[in-house]
Order: sequence, then structure tokens, then C-alpha cells
Amino acid sequence: MSNHATQIPAAAAAATGPKMRVERLDLYYGAFQALRDVSMPFARNHITALIGPSGCGKSTLLRVLNRMNDLIPGVLVQGLVELDGCDIYAPDTDVCELRTRVGMVFQRPNPFPLSVRDNILFGLRVAGVRNRGRLDETLERSLRSAWLWENLKDRLNDPAIDLPLDQQQRLCIARLLAVSPEVILMDEPCSALDPIATAKIEELMIGLKRDYTIVIVTHNMQQAARISDFTGYMLLGDMVEFGPTTKVFTDPGDVRTQDYISGRYG
Amino acid sequence: MRIPPRQVQTLVVGMLGGATLLTLAVLVFIVVFVLDKGLPVVTWTFLAANPEDMGRAGGIFPIIVGTLLLPLLALGIALPLGVGSAVYLNEYTRETQMTRIIRFGTDCLAGIPSIIFGLFGLVFFVGILHMGWSLLSGGLTLAIMILPTIIRTSEEAIRAVPQAYREVSCSMGATRWETVRKVVLPNALPGIVTGVMLGAGRCISETAAVIFTAGTVAQMPVSAFDSVRTMAVHFYLLAREGISGENAYGTAAVLILAVLILNTVAYWTMHAFIRRKAR
Repeated sequence: MSNHATQIPAAAAAATGPKMRVERLDLYYGAFQALRDVSMPFARNHITALIGPSGCGKSTLLRVLNRMNDLIPGVLVQGLVELDGCDIYAPDTDVCELRTRVGMVFQRPNPFPLSVRDNILFGLRVAGVRNRGRLDETLERSLRSAWLWENLKDRLNDPAIDLPLDQQQRLCIARLLAVSPEVILMDEPCSALDPIATAKIEELMIGLKRDYTIVIVTHNMQQAARISDFTGYMLLGDMVEFGPTTKVFTDPGDVRTQDYISGRYG
Repeated sequence: MRIPPRQVQTLVVGMLGGATLLTLAVLVFIVVFVLDKGLPVVTWTFLAANPEDMGRAGGIFPIIVGTLLLPLLALGIALPLGVGSAVYLNEYTRETQMTRIIRFGTDCLAGIPSIIFGLFGLVFFVGILHMGWSLLSGGLTLAIMILPTIIRTSEEAIRAVPQAYREVSCSMGATRWETVRKVVLPNALPGIVTGVMLGAGRCISETAAVIFTAGTVAQMPVSAFDSVRTMAVHFYLLAREGISGENAYGTAAVLILAVLILNTVAYWTMHAFIRRKAR
């Protein structure tokens, strides 16, 4: 499966190979080993899903990719994590810059207690952008990309926390898109949403993969099957199986994957 | 024998309501009493004139100025130090034995009687640093006195800011300082303002520490090295020395109204800020 170059759209053809890659990754929380010898690619302009029972390390692996684990005391990461072929754990890495390239959408919609506009423009303002035209242009572009423009164009000054949950989550996605990331990490982005809202977010994700590389952690196997191109099944810190989603779900190579996706375990 | 829950309920509501009413009644009584005795003295001349004959006659204008300047100076020193320490303890350090000791220390400091701070100010600022009885000595002493309060209230406010906000900010490439400036402090502002109001209140009502360090000169200060008198001190001196009961109550009335106005303005400004921020 390492060779999927033919699936890469022309726009990204200049850079070949996976967008991100982990190789022989071990991660410890103090004495507890949360990830064990994990290796996998994250294909450019595709959706990669990480599935597995609670505590299997899928969220931990996700947070390795933008170094959000750095915030937790006592974390030790060993192995290689690459973005476009560069080691993101190299000592000279600018972690803030890394996080603007590898953004994150969280489990619960978490808009700031600010207006829709100020939420979307947060990243740009932190980056010091003052140009009114550029801010307005980004505001519209981000909201359009998250399919919120029509809903919210007349409510840009309303508090974001008053929006329905699915719009809040799409607003969080739009807030991320405003800083033009290359990779979007999603940590169970639909677990707080109802099925209709979930369907909207899923549709959005499929639309977004044209421009972004997406990694999603989900405990919802149907969701992984519906939207992802590649799936990794994890169990107790091990990557049990990784492959194209259709293969993992229809013809799993490991009996543990078989048990999990058929609902016998987890 | 068991009292039926319904009756317990009635009883408890009655007791809680009574407690609230009693508290309110005492408060209203004090305010009405002071205003009733003091307001007749309060005229424009009283507010705008210099005191004469040790305060038996004339007004309290320089004393009003002193009451404004001293807490302002104290807050100007204590606010950046206090909020800075609170930010440092919460955002830049991990919870260790050391931070717990520091926190315990600030709690202890907050409980020390103001006269001790006054004594320290007298020895250190007035004496050793040769600042004399002055606005500066008083401001520094009061700043130290309210610092623990400011640190603790700011810390509580900062800690109450949801962790999710910091995570998002950080995940969008903001540095820790940008997160503090753009996310943590704006959201902690109401709590910080509460701390500032508490601190300002303590400064305004302080007498002992002020007499020790800022002196009691009832004249318009022209530099930071001039002694000032605050309204609380003025009231104390007029009443204690039996100089003028009427003018003492007049001063008290102005003091109470000033605190009332101060609180209202602070409250209103804060809410205006929050409303603007939510837009």
C-alpha cells in the first residue's frame, strides 16, 4: 500500500510520498507505554482514520502529529515523525509553526466566547495580520469552505456559543482553515453531535480532502468506513492493522481487527 | 420524633431569608446613619476647599485627592506584579512543591494585619530608603499589603478559564504568551477586576498603615515625596481627637459615596468590555 502515487491529485504531485509518516514510534507517559512501535503513513489529500477501543492510543497518536502531547508533563516520544520528509521532533523545530501547518479539531466544539468573526480571525490576529481587506477575505473564504457562509454571513457579530452544536463544530473547522493548515487532525469531531449534524460534518470532510490531508480519530466504525481512504486499527498501543479502508473492513488480515469491526470486541 | 420535610423546608427558607435580611438591614443602617449625619455638611465648598483649623472648618479637597492618588499608586504597582505572578504561577510553571509553598505563602500574607505592613513600610521605605512620610512610601506599602489579594483573586480567575481555550489557541500556533494575552487574560478579566476592587477597597479604608507611611499632612501633594492624608485617616483623626464630629461624618459620607460610585463605574466598565468582546 506504500505506493499510491497514482491517486495523488495533480496539484500536489510536486511533492510525492505521504504527507506525514511515523516510523517505529514509541511513546511513554512516565512509565506507561502508550504507543508501541507504530509505523504508518498519512497519505496526501486523503482521509486516514484511526479506530480502536478506548485507551488504545489513537488520540495519543493523533496528538503526536502536531506535538500537542508536549503540553503533558512526562511524555517521552521515540522514533521518527515526519511532515513532508522533515522530522518534526528535531530540536530546531518551531512547534508553533508546526501547529499552524498541522491543525486540530477537537472532540467537543470549542469556540472562544467571542463573535463568529473574532473566532475565525483568531489565528490571523495572533499572527499579527492587521490588513482589513485580508481579514475580511479570509473570513469569507474560511466560512465558505466550512459551508457556513450562507448561514452566518448576516450573523458575523453574534456570539459563537449561541450557534447550534454542528455549526459550532464547523465554525471550529473554519477557524482552523483560516490559518491555511496543510494537515487537519480531527479527534472524534462528531462524538458530541447528533446523526444529522454528523452527516454534515462528514460530507464537509470529504469535500475538504481535495485541499487538505485529514487524519480522523473515531470510535464510530461506520464513520471510518464511510469517509476514510485508509484505516489503522489500534489495540493497547499497537497498530494491529493498517491498509486501505475497503480492505480493512471487508477482508481484514488480523483476527483481532475482524473481531472489532464485526462488533465482537470493543 | 421527626419533623416533616415540608416543615423543615419552610423553616430553612425562613432562616436563610432572615440571615440575608439581617445582613442587608445592618448594611443599610450603617449607610443611612452615616449619610444622615454626614450629608448636611457636604456642600460644594466642603468638597472643593482646603481644610482650616485642623479640619474644624473648611473642606477636604486635598484629602479627596490623597484618597484618589494613594490607592491609584498602590494599584499601579500591585496590579502588574500581582497579575504577572498569577500568570507565571498558573501558565508557566507546573504544579510542584514549590508552587504550593508560594501559594501557601501568599495566603498567609493575605491574613497579616495591615499594621504589620505599616510597620514594615515605616522601617523600610520611610526609614532605610529615606522616602519619608510620603505618597511613595504609602503607595509602596499599600501595594505590598494588597499584593496577596490581587495574586489570589487573579489566580482563581485565570484558573477558571477553560483548559479547552488554551488548547485551541496553542493548537493554532499561538505561543504561550499569545495565548495568555489573547485568550487567558480577556477571559479572566472579570475575576481580576474583582480582585482590583477588593484591593482598592482595602487601600481606601486603610488607616493604620497609611498613617505610618504616608503621614497625615492635609495639604495638596505636589510630588511623590509629599505626605498625604486620606479620607479614612481624616475621619479617624477628626473623630479620635474630637476635632469635629460633623466634619468627620461629612468625610465619611463622601467616602461611602465615593466607594459606591467607584464600584458602580468599575462594574459598568467591565460589563461594557464583556459586551464589546462578545460582539
